[in-house]
Amino acid sequence: MNPGMITNLDQIFVILQHRVAGLFPPLFQPLVAMILGVLGIIAVFPGIFALTTVLERKGLGRMQNRLGPNRVGPFGFLQPIADAIKSLTKEDIVPRTADEIVHFLAPVVLVVAIFLGYAVLPVGRNMVLLNIDAGILFFFAIGATAELSIFMAGWSSRNKYSLLGAMRAVAQMISYEVPLLLSAVVAIMMTGSLAPTVIVQAQSGFTGILPHWYVFTPWGFAGFALFVVAALAETNRSPFDLPEGESELVAGYFTEYSGFKFALFFLGEYLGMMSIAGYGITLFLGGWGAPFSFLEFIPSWAWFFGKLFLAICFFIWLRGTLPRLRQDQLMNFAWKFMLPLSLLNLGVAASWRFLGEWLGTGLTGEIVRWLACAAVLLLAYVLLARVLLRRQKISPRSYRYAD
Amino acid sequence: MSPAMIEGFLFGLIAVMTLAGALAAALLRNLVHCALSLTVTFAGLAVLYLSLGAQFVGLSQILVYIGAVAILVVFAILLTHGAGALPHLFVASSGWRTGWVAAVVVAFVFIGALLRSPLPQSSGPVPQIAVRSIGQALMGAYVLPLEIVAILLTVALIGAVIVAMPTEQGESK
Repeated sequence: MNPGMITNLDQIFVILQHRVAGLFPPLFQPLVAMILGVLGIIAVFPGIFALTTVLERKGLGRMQNRLGPNRVGPFGFLQPIADAIKSLTKEDIVPRTADEIVHFLAPVVLVVAIFLGYAVLPVGRNMVLLNIDAGILFFFAIGATAELSIFMAGWSSRNKYSLLGAMRAVAQMISYEVPLLLSAVVAIMMTGSLAPTVIVQAQSGFTGILPHWYVFTPWGFAGFALFVVAALAETNRSPFDLPEGESELVAGYFTEYSGFKFALFFLGEYLGMMSIAGYGITLFLGGWGAPFSFLEFIPSWAWFFGKLFLAICFFIWLRGTLPRLRQDQLMNFAWKFMLPLSLLNLGVAASWRFLGEWLGTGLTGEIVRWLACAAVLLLAYVLLARVLLRRQKISPRSYRYAD
Repeated sequence: MSPAMIEGFLFGLIAVMTLAGALAAALLRNLVHCALSLTVTFAGLAVLYLSLGAQFVGLSQILVYIGAVAILVVFAILLTHGAGALPHLFVASSGWRTGWVAAVVVAFVFIGALLRSPLPQSSGPVPQIAVRSIGQALMGAYVLPLEIVAILLTVALIGAVIVAMPTEQGESK
């Protein structure tokens, strides 16, 4: 393929957007381009959500030694359409004691907030709806709004399971928001910018065939690991799915939702997972960059969605593997383990920067600073884990009501 | 419609939303509804900041006020059993009269100050403040206030942990 064709393929959606917008009078062109971008987000990500539900059910089925959905369409891949029709035609039940307005608004606020988060996510070269200076801050600010909608859902249902689920969810999301933000800060600190596009740009370029992704540095790896754990908790995914622990709380904060409102919660949860995975990719995995220099001919958007697909598979794999935590384990983990490590990681990232200036750019200097930073982080990880484990009183568990 | 007209219309819409939220927060009888209306006000303020081009302030407003303060308020309401609707009672108190007088006086002072202050003549385009320059100002010229606030918050955090710590076995008896 010649370079021109590669660029065209890379920018195909951008070119398409310009062509369609060009059909309108000049006054409306920015508006039309914006609407096309929004339509793209609204069409693509729920589409991925539909595929993810099949993938998750089939994947979990495999892990649990069963088949999963296989009746609707080839290999059960039309299952989401059947599910969508089902949830659209189901009766929408609102409890008589529920607070009707808040009960109605909760899923709307959730889905709107989560869709807004996609506005600043770069999904390819020049493919970002809103290229603002403080993009990462925007994402975290909008993510904080989702907590409020979960509280609204739980409180307005007037159901103790809903309220307990909502309280758990909010407490968990607030606790893990701290390490989530702090672990993202290292990438922002090293780039010197809050704009997602600039962060991706800073990770482009190659040494030999290997890319300059932040995950390949000690602080980047630690930050990425902390970010993934906090992201799992933030999106209420297993093993942090206590807010909807079905063995204890029916379905948590959306127990009293049925029909399409329930589907909206479901959609919100998966879209939230995908957007946070997208930001993890942007911050640490080079965004839409290719993993090897000789693979750069593949379009940037293909790389982004490929990485997103891998992230989704990873989340499904974890859900099939790990058991649910207990409430006290959850809180201890956030405040006693994640928080100190993410604070330490900030210090390590800063010293990485100054060690680089001090040791120079030679190969030995690079190796020394890599090993030094990795050693500090590894030592802290091992020591902290040991101390926390020793404090735990591990004994046979007594079951109060089962004996 | 010219862009200025659209801007004016949007400003009016956001202003009405902000004021309605504030009024509802003061007048509704259900405390959780009040807290949620207050959130609408916070959001309206954030959008106003954003429409003025103050990205950092607007987004921090959302992050801090909606993400933390609103949640704190609803948690406090739930934990103090104030979540149910209050009965429709008119609370008779001699404080009402004083309250009205104070409200009218304060309103007059504010309106007077507003009317007397001259509108700043806009000179040229609004300066675009990048987030980077805010960061540099915080780490440079304003580093001392920043550190003092940080110490204050740390003290508050430690205080909260001490309050929440389980009391000693001997003390509880």
